Order: sequence, then structure tokens, then C-alpha cells
Amino acid sequence: MDEKLKTDLSKQGIFATSLQELYNWGRTSSLWPLNFGLACCAIEMIATTMARYDLARFGAEVFRPSPRQADLMIVAGTVTKKMAPQVVRLYNQMPEPKYVISMGACAISGGPFKQGYNVLKGIDRYIPVDIYIPGCPPRPEALIEAFMELQKKIDAQPLTGPDRPRHLNADEPSEFVVPRFGDHDLEPTHNKAIWNPPLVQISQTGTDEFGNR
Amino acid sequence: MTNSLYLPVIVLLLAGAVFALSTLLLAWLWARFFSPNKSGPSKNAIYECGLESVGDAWIQFKPGYYLYGIIFLVFDVEAVFLLPFAVAFTGLSVAESIAMLVFLLLLVEGLVWAYQKRVLVWT
Repeated sequence: MDEKLKTDLSKQGIFATSLQELYNWGRTSSLWPLNFGLACCAIEMIATTMARYDLARFGAEVFRPSPRQADLMIVAGTVTKKMAPQVVRLYNQMPEPKYVISMGACAISGGPFKQGYNVLKGIDRYIPVDIYIPGCPPRPEALIEAFMELQKKIDAQPLTGPDRPRHLNADEPSEFVVPRFGDHDLEPTHNKAIWNPPLVQISQTGTDEFGNR
Repeated sequence: MTNSLYLPVIVLLLAGAVFALSTLLLAWLWARFFSPNKSGPSKNAIYECGLESVGDAWIQFKPGYYLYGIIFLVFDVEAVFLLPFAVAFTGLSVAESIAMLVFLLLLVEGLVWAYQKRVLVWT
């Protein structure tokens, strides 16, 4: 159905939609985050849910204490290597479809603790992240913007075809590898299927997997 | 003619059944054509808070407090009956007094049993 016919119909009081739009509208309007925070970013996350910033406007006020009922994981804060297996397991226990917001410098890259021995240098080494919010910590407005970006992303997801999201694709894995404590570091140090170390000296390492130099 | 009075009930029953079954059917069709089943060991785990469960749930617990508590509860309730019994004692007939004494005897018997089983001793 073309957009012009749709707007003409809506002017006459007839609402036309497609199954995909209806499905995406439902998922967009009721993103229930998982109720957990790891560090100081969680304080900003809590502030976002309270009356001044009022995340309820976006249909996301119901922070679920159980991963079985949550759609969205807000990784709010420093992910230590002690905590990383639990975070990945929580993500695995959430039902599909599920999304991840990586909130703050620590969750993105390790932040100020990047050179430390006990901090994971980015949660995207183990789980697929949809939205990154920089900041230390990001303000509640930043989290709200991330929310709106995620809602835009969900709205644009097709129901079928090769570009469909991972929860509609049977070939995509349902669970991601949960790291174990090894002798020196977590094992594996990252999930090779979703994250690989960036090539820093491209001229010496040759082409990457896409054939770029 | 009287049968037609039940027609709305039958229609309501049918509508209810169709509503429930069509929802289940829609969910099944949705899973069949769009959303594949994605289960796994973590997702199907019984404990859900990020940690793996340790040990066996089929272990033996010490029932000491449970037995102590349930005996206390029995005599707590008995006191509720004893109070009106004591107030109305002078006005009761013989049969009523005997009935109440049998009730008391049954409970005291239980207390004696619990004493002999050493339930009241906390070890």
C-alpha cells in the first residue's frame, strides 16, 4: 500500500496498517527493561525512570526483576570480569526479541578502567549491542535519546527477508557463549562471532574479512 | 420454547471458546511462519538470576521448628476455645462439659505424643 493512499484513507477516518507495522508498533511501545544496574550509570538510569525524566512516556517504566519478562537490557556501568558471565547469562535468559543498550564509557569500552586487569573492555565482546551511549555517566536525556533511537530501529525492522532481525532468523544463535574464569583471563576473551579486535596496522596485517585494506 | 432461553449462554460459551482457541492458533501460526523457536540451556534453566544453581534441591531439612510451630499453633487455637468454656463453665450441662473435656483430652493426648517423640526438645 503506498503512503498517499494511506494518508488519504486516514483523512477519511480509515486507519490502514500492515502486519509488520502493527508488530513493530507493539514492540516499540512496550519495551520492558531488565531491572539491574552495575555501577554509577545505574543511578542515572534510576533517575530516568523517576518523575522528572519519566521514562514511562515511552512505555518502558516497567523494570522487570526477572529476565524472563524483560525485552531490553541496559548495561549500566562497569562490567567487571567477575560480573561478565552473569551479565551474559542474564542476556541468554531473556526471551526473544531482546535488545541491549550499552550505557556509559565503561560498558562500551571499559572507560577509565580500560587499562585495569579486572574490567571487561566492552560488553559488546560477548553480546550484540544495539545502541551505545557515551558519557561518564550519560545524563538521563542521553538515555532517553538512546531509547528513542532504539524505538526507531525497531520500527524499521522488516518481518521477512534477509535483513530481518536476529530473533526472526532461525539461523542466528539463540544463546551466546558464557565466559568462564580461566587461569589469567575470561575464556574465551571475546565471542568471535560478534566481535573481533580492530585491525590497527592495516598495511601490515593485509586485508580484513571484507577484503578492505 | 424454554430451551431458547439458554441460547445466549451457548453463544457466549462458543464465543469464549473461539476467542481462546483463536489466540492460541494465532500464536502458533506466528511462531510457524515468522518467529522461530529459540531455546537453549540458559534460557530453560530453572534459576533465573544470572547465577547457575548449585547442588540438589532434594535434600533433607531439619523439621524441628516446623513441628514446634505447629504444636504451638494447635494450643494457640485451643486457648480461643478455652476462654469461653471457662466463662460459661457454671452454666453448662453435663453433656456439654463432657464434650469439651473430650476435646481437651484429644489435644493433651497429642501433647503427650509430641513429648514422648522428644519434639519439644531442641537439639
